[in-house]
Amino acid sequence: MSTTRETAPRVSGGFRVRRDSRLSRYGMLGLVAVCIGLAGLPYVVYESVTSSLVTLFVLIAMASMWNLLAGFGGMASIGQQAYVGIGGYTVIWAADQGINPFLGIAVAALFSAVLAVPTSLLAFRLRGDYFAVGTWVIAEVYRLLVIKSDSLGGPSGRALTGLSDMGLTARNAATYWAALVVAVVCVAAGYLLLRGRVGLSLTAVRDDEIAARAAGVDVTTAKRIVYLVSAAGCGAAGGVVVVDALSIQPTAIFSVQWSAYMIFIVVIGGIGYLEGPLLGAVVFFALQQYLADYGTWYLILLGVVAAASAVWMPRGLWGQVVHRTGLRLFPVGYRLDRTDQQ
Amino acid sequence: MTDPTHHLLELRGVTKRFGKVTVATDLDLVVSAGETLGIVGPNGAGKTSLFAMISGDLHPDSGAVLFAGRDITGVSAHRRARLGLGRTYQVPRPFEKMTVFENVLVAATTGAGTRGQAAATLAGETLDRTGMYDVANRVAGSLTLLQRKRLELARALATRPRLVLLDEVAGGLTDPEVAELVTLVRSLHDTGIAVVWIEHVVHALTATVDRLACLAGGRVVADGLPADVLADPTVRELYLGQAVATDEDVA
Ligand SMILES: Nc1ncnc2c1ncn2[C@@H]1O[C@H](COP(=O)(O)OP(=O)(O)OP(=O)(O)O)[C@@H](O)[C@H]1O
Ligand SMILES: [Mg+2]
Repeated sequence: MSTTRETAPRVSGGFRVRRDSRLSRYGMLGLVAVCIGLAGLPYVVYESVTSSLVTLFVLIAMASMWNLLAGFGGMASIGQQAYVGIGGYTVIWAADQGINPFLGIAVAALFSAVLAVPTSLLAFRLRGDYFAVGTWVIAEVYRLLVIKSDSLGGPSGRALTGLSDMGLTARNAATYWAALVVAVVCVAAGYLLLRGRVGLSLTAVRDDEIAARAAGVDVTTAKRIVYLVSAAGCGAAGGVVVVDALSIQPTAIFSVQWSAYMIFIVVIGGIGYLEGPLLGAVVFFALQQYLADYGTWYLILLGVVAAASAVWMPRGLWGQVVHRTGLRLFPVGYRLDRTDQQ
Repeated sequence: MTDPTHHLLELRGVTKRFGKVTVATDLDLVVSAGETLGIVGPNGAGKTSLFAMISGDLHPDSGAVLFAGRDITGVSAHRRARLGLGRTYQVPRPFEKMTVFENVLVAATTGAGTRGQAAATLAGETLDRTGMYDVANRVAGSLTLLQRKRLELARALATRPRLVLLDEVAGGLTDPEVAELVTLVRSLHDTGIAVVWIEHVVHALTATVDRLACLAGGRVVADGLPADVLADPTVRELYLGQAVATDEDVA
């Protein structure tokens, strides 16, 4: 996690640039404190609490990745479950090779990014709606390929081996920490990506691709970077899902439902804001915890919430926060001042 | 002047059709280094499309575009920007959710290839030069049309262009504002930047350009000294009726 390292005002040439405000430094400090607190949770609360939080962390990771993809790269994919599934199966495969499943999560991230290279060559030929549907079709193709593979368990899936000699409590805590790390890394990766030079290009791409090109932005490369990062993050999240469930089933892990969750969370939380998926995931998680018993009604309610949010709150919850308070936890902007106007 | 090494930009036999509409027919055009060329022509003449083919937003059906002695017909738009081709859009395209400074900083970093303090200085100075410093930290989406047009100009200049394409940047400006713009474009000329300026406000052009070309139906119907082109019977017939109306609007 990036710390609150202050950007020293650089003085020379009559202009200086500031990146973060005092408010954002406090915000970031608070966020780091929350992460430290969360890391200590397995020592203080029941396992039922930490194991349900695994779901929240997975949602945060996935939604952050979708936000990068759609909110900044302008790529509204409904096929990110491809990487959730690939990541999940990578952990299974790695365990077969004797690799520890927790380490397997890192391998899953890497392998997802590698597969994203050829996939992006295909998907990037599609525009707009075709891109969205195309990514879904690609995810289905990956699912069908997995089903055809006997070594991966075919249509009925597989159990995860390699964790049986670990005690239940230790395994639950390790799973929790792995999920937390994946979520933090995903959010931090998004932040660092956007804070850097690629971030400036990406933000421009988000606002206007054609104008970005005319300003010299290599739009395709910027998009490809985001696509690969997003694949890696979703792959790691898929790995966590499998480590948590101790088994995999192709239809579930490659389900379009993952993309639906990501979209819901990002839309509610605020698309194009790094903070949006955090807030959205918490809201979604709460709805899921309290309303899951209502079955179909729960799904209908989710739909109503999403539609209402899109109509009345197009910038999402975090958009409202920014609008009212100007608070940004992740300062990725640039402020220009004159050095002689103190 | 016919020595090709003197031509910064050259279009050779460029043709482009949209269905039945022909926006360029076997079009030839040259711009020398540091030259200021004005382009006039009736609505729908193909002026903006010409810019799009020079900047790489639009690909000609046939013909070639050369820049600094190099065939750039197949070169992508962002590479052309980095090579020194800056452009503005007739209908401004700001990065709406970014600040004015960030808008210009994008061009200074990716277009001009500057980093850190050098990028900040380039962007800051460009804002000064275009009169946009006071709104530097405002979100571009909140700008007036006039400010958006200036931002177009600032962003194009921050790429450190060798040639800048201005598409109706004076439209809707008051006379003092037009005068300011003319001063700015002249200062570009003094720093050796070549300019191609499409404008319906003819008096702004005649006060600035070395050369004038008139486009109609995808063809260059006149090209030469401003006074000669404006006196050309074809141009008068084609275009001046409209230009007089534009001048009356301004007055
Ligand atoms: N992408 C496109 N698809 C179809 N037709 C187009 C497209 N772009 C331009 N045109 C048509 O090509 C013709 C030339 O358009 P262009 O914008 O180049 O004219 P212009 O000279 O800039 O006009 P104006 O003075 O009104 O700005 C117009 O008839 C326009 O409708
Ligand atoms: Mg035009």
